[in-house]
Amino acid sequence: MAVTADLIREKLISELAAVHVEVEDTSPNRCAASFKVLIVSPQFEGKPLLQRHRLVNTCLANELKEIHAFEQKTLTPEQWEKQKQQ
Amino acid sequence: CSRLLCSAEGQKSLEEMVKKDKVVVFMKGTPAQPMCGFSNAVVQILRMHGVDNYAAYNVLDDQDLRQGVKTFSNWPTIPQVFFNGEFVGGCDILLQMHQSGDLVEELEKLGIRS
Repeated sequence: MAVTADLIREKLISELAAVHVEVEDTSPNRCAASFKVLIVSPQFEGKPLLQRHRLVNTCLANELKEIHAFEQKTLTPEQWEKQKQQ
Repeated sequence: CSRLLCSAEGQKSLEEMVKKDKVVVFMKGTPAQPMCGFSNAVVQILRMHGVDNYAAYNVLDDQDLRQGVKTFSNWPTIPQVFFNGEFVGGCDILLQMHQSGDLVEELEKLGIRS
């Protein structure tokens, strides 16, 4: 099955309890399936950046095999609120 | 995975590779000629911080290395950055560390002044 922005969003919401997800399909800029995602989840609280990214990589392990490029930004709900105000 | 660098022996040689130099980068292309925007971003960030002497390995030259380093670090993408033998992250993480100022601190721990 082809990896889509919707599939990525659904997985992040169901498996990481993400409260906000933005998925940008950047494939047109590159040569193959590429995505840029912003994930806001309370599960990131108290976790350093590397661990947050590992959580996301694990959640999307199957999809990443077919993805050419993947950019991610991981925020806690608190960090997300702060960023929105800026 | 039966390829050379995925074997126990191969993983051991990767461990030696990442410990041999303070800063080690696995990338697509070379620092002089990066072949991918993400690898280029890592090169540029390191350059901005005055990190000139680092070991860069081109995964495009070696498919075993490309797969082996992913297994070694349990990280699915290239580029990959190591400080003092420890996995730091990929391009996104290095960029965020650069923006937050954490990178200056980490480099200082290695004795590198930004």
